Amino acid sequence: MWWRKLEEKIVYFMMLISVASLVALLLAVLLSIFIKGVPYISWEMISQTPRGGYYFGREGGVLNAIVGSLYLSTGAVLLSLAFSLPLSLAMNIHLRTRRKTVNRIRFVLDILWGIPSIVYGAFGFTLMIYLGIQASLLAGIITVGIFIMPIMVRGMDEVMKNVPVHLIESAFSVGSTRMEVAFRVMLRQTIPGIVTAILLAFGRGIGDVASVLFTTGYTDNLPTSITQQTATLPLAVFFQLGSPIPEVQNRAYASAIILTVIILIISISVRMISKKYHKII
Amino acid sequence: MAMETTKLSIQNLNLWFGKQKILNNINIDIPENKVTVILGPSGCGKTTLMKTMNRLVDLQGGARTSGKIILDGEDILNTRRDIALVRQKMGLLSQRPTPLPMSIFNNVAYGLRLKGIRGRKKLTPLVEKHLIEANLWDEVRDRLHDPASRLSIGQQQRLCLARGLAVDPEIILADEPTSALDPISASVIENQFFKLKENYTILLVTHIMRQARRIADKVVFMYLGEVIEQADVHEFFNNPKQKMTRDYLQGAFY
Repeated sequence: MWWRKLEEKIVYFMMLISVASLVALLLAVLLSIFIKGVPYISWEMISQTPRGGYYFGREGGVLNAIVGSLYLSTGAVLLSLAFSLPLSLAMNIHLRTRRKTVNRIRFVLDILWGIPSIVYGAFGFTLMIYLGIQASLLAGIITVGIFIMPIMVRGMDEVMKNVPVHLIESAFSVGSTRMEVAFRVMLRQTIPGIVTAILLAFGRGIGDVASVLFTTGYTDNLPTSITQQTATLPLAVFFQLGSPIPEVQNRAYASAIILTVIILIISISVRMISKKYHKII
Repeated sequence: MAMETTKLSIQNLNLWFGKQKILNNINIDIPENKVTVILGPSGCGKTTLMKTMNRLVDLQGGARTSGKIILDGEDILNTRRDIALVRQKMGLLSQRPTPLPMSIFNNVAYGLRLKGIRGRKKLTPLVEKHLIEANLWDEVRDRLHDPASRLSIGQQQRLCLARGLAVDPEIILADEPTSALDPISASVIENQFFKLKENYTILLVTHIMRQARRIADKVVFMYLGEVIEQADVHEFFNNPKQKMTRDYLQGAFY
């Protein structure tokens, strides 16, 4: 029997190593950003738009990119949600009897998930030319919205798939229509999972450079209309990091902190709200 | 025995999943205001038969049926009427309790709202009535707005019964409703069936012989998708006609 105990120990040890290295990696990424960026974070950085000479290390901040990124990803999430939620509900309620069709949809979505975001960027660019719109917040929202949709749908689909069959059947058995089962039972039952899917998509959307590179443009002004070009944080990081001036490079790290913290704040607060809501369930 | 009226009549019912035949030429008459028990080992098609009656089988892809299920003179298997309305004539109690993700009150009110009853003033007395009917009222009267998931399993099952009763069904379909429950909760449910049969027709699926003996008026014995024997409960247990039934009753199965 000694080898079974040994096996147990070896596997346990391997698990410890993988957990430890994962945590170490995460900490390394966060620490390197924070150590380099924290000294350069200032109120000016988050409260002001770039002034003349900002990119040469003079005064100003990245408020334009902060606001732009929030607008862009919120818009993209809402746009994507408008398609993702009905699709995932339909896949799990209305198309329940057509398992083959549903599996095909899942397959297509998985492929879409795997496509690099630069391809979505290029597609968005083509779409813009076709529709005759210029690089703008709107074009960015559409592109990012398409890009994050597979992530959102599959995230929601995965939790809806796991709702017990009995629950759905008993909802039907009291005479609910499919619509009533979808919105009064399925939706309520899966709210935490849906929130997670939205957050996942939001995180991907707000952090992506390639899809907004051609489509959203960049400007030092605050966005005032969806037809104007808009700055985004990932691009701000990208531009500043590419500067030869050390002062500006450091600000790239500070911008990265801002991006990370935004994602963190949004995840935590949304999770708290959904937890509170889940208690009512 | 008193005169029986047939509430639900299953005639020449066959059911296939793909090429596999699950139900084979089923003929059963279910008497009104009685407890009819469908008895049989696991996998004999009891649950499928029950799901065919309220058309839940439609939700599983690939099911094909032939035959008739007549409820109040209407063939509900082939009706073109809204299936949701057909389903409301039957309350389903499944093997495990399935409270909806909402409060105790709203679980019962769910069915009422589907029937178009709105507003707390109208809903409250009805919710109370059905919770009393399911013998749960005294335990939950002070916490109607707690999530249903906080109830014990036995209470949840009675809540599901109340929810089913709230749509005002004529038939109660119970699919091994006590199999996940402790003996006390199980006997509460069983006793409830005794009372409910005054107003409802009850169809109970079980593989527990003692349960069938305790509460059945009529017993239908199924095996491998076929009805082997159906008879009045005393007749069934004391004087079974078929050899298979006798074997099953002696526990010599299979």
